[in-house]
Amino acid sequence: MAMGVETVARPAKRGPGTAPVTMSVNGHAHELEIEPRVSLLDALREHLGLTGSKKGCDQGTCGACTVWVDGRRVLACLTLAVTCEGREVTTIEGLAGDGEDQDLHPMQEAFVAHDAFQCGYCTPGQIMSAVKLLEEGHAGDDAQIAEWMSGNICRCAAYPHIRAAIRDVRDAGSGT
Amino acid sequence: MRPVSYARAASVDEAIAAVRADDDGAFLAGGTTEIDLLRQNVIGPRLLVDINDLPLNRVEELPDGGIRIGALARMSDVAATPSVARAFPVISQALLLGASAQLRNMASMGGNMCQRVRCGYFRDATSPCNKRDPGSGCAALGGFNRGHAILGTSDWCIATHPSDVAVALVALDAVVHTRGPGGERAIGIDDFFLLPGDTPEVEHPLDHGELIVAIEVPATAIARRSAYLKFRDRESYEFALVSVAAAARVADGAIADVRLALGGVGTKPWRARRAEQSLLGRPAQEASFAEAAGQELALATTRPLNAFKVELARRAIVRALATVTNGEVS
Repeated sequence: MAMGVETVARPAKRGPGTAPVTMSVNGHAHELEIEPRVSLLDALREHLGLTGSKKGCDQGTCGACTVWVDGRRVLACLTLAVTCEGREVTTIEGLAGDGEDQDLHPMQEAFVAHDAFQCGYCTPGQIMSAVKLLEEGHAGDDAQIAEWMSGNICRCAAYPHIRAAIRDVRDAGSGT
Repeated sequence: MRPVSYARAASVDEAIAAVRADDDGAFLAGGTTEIDLLRQNVIGPRLLVDINDLPLNRVEELPDGGIRIGALARMSDVAATPSVARAFPVISQALLLGASAQLRNMASMGGNMCQRVRCGYFRDATSPCNKRDPGSGCAALGGFNRGHAILGTSDWCIATHPSDVAVALVALDAVVHTRGPGGERAIGIDDFFLLPGDTPEVEHPLDHGELIVAIEVPATAIARRSAYLKFRDRESYEFALVSVAAAARVADGAIADVRLALGGVGTKPWRARRAEQSLLGRPAQEASFAEAAGQELALATTRPLNAFKVELARRAIVRALATVTNGEVS
């Protein structure tokens, strides 16, 4: 069956120059003027001033840029910002309570309590990944935690303390 | 990254028309390979047509026991689908042994079929590479080729196909369903992946603007006792040096039915048909497995750096077959 592709409507094209992009980040709507090639990571860091998400490799290897899109952990460096229109983005800045005292999320508290970092560069990505790990139910034992956190590299090798922090939150049942 | 235009498609036909109308147009699904290679100037689409809103993300059980996997179903969702894990454990295992949790949440099944090779010379956007720049040569032939293929190679390209799940799908005779300017097509998965030959730049029989819409896996009774075994340099989050997708049925101590496919060693996901032929009717014992592995690997063309893959593959095949014939499927 041949389709009359020439008669099919084509979607509106944006770019390659700047164009308006509406994004919802941590529950707040933002209107950006960006090129379609701008990654979600660059939009967050350079355009919205949300520098918690880190740029490590910028090629989907290290996990430092891990954020949530529609509640799933993904890599902001391999996501184009424009593809997030109509979706909800959550970053490490959106994890703590937004009340007056800005209580840390239990996973953030546990990372502090267990000293689960040295340089701290990978930490926002580790935490965004770890909260989802618990929600997904993939933190049964240390081997499972290691496997399901393998997308978050820590070059300081703070892994034992990261796992200890995750175990604590898991056992307290307060991770979600 | 070079500048690109962007359009979000609201229907399959709209997406096809948009890519079709632009010689430099490409579909954008999970983007885990495409955005990476765009940023490195390895590929050069000028228009990205975002297909992520299209209703192609369902995983359906078919009445006969097969499954239909929508092209936009994410690796993580397919792996976690109970009917997949139950009836086709090799698919679930292959998916979960690939990439990382974040990438599996992003990467689509259709995109996985189209993922590009990890050859460092292809990805550096500079070295001679017949796949990236036809006719320029192959730097891997005399270069660092430890991870490169030993089966299905040519003098033009020895890059290894990187997918894990495609190996499982090749073992199970999956069918790739597409829609394009010429209508709908069903392509047997072994025909979907092309050997490099002297045209390594052509990896699939897809026309420009032809979109994968689904992957169907036919009902396969022995797939319930299937397994995926993967050997790699790291314990997690690494491509295969050698992997094996295996399924078997044993009757009266002999192999009555078997499926075997290899990853990490072929220029395409490698269905080990010679090994399968050798196994049928033979005792389900290690000697039979080793003999079959030897027959398949006799086809190998090795280089000093990747010659180790022959012995590694032989051992992997023997172990995978021992696993599925003992019922010790992990």
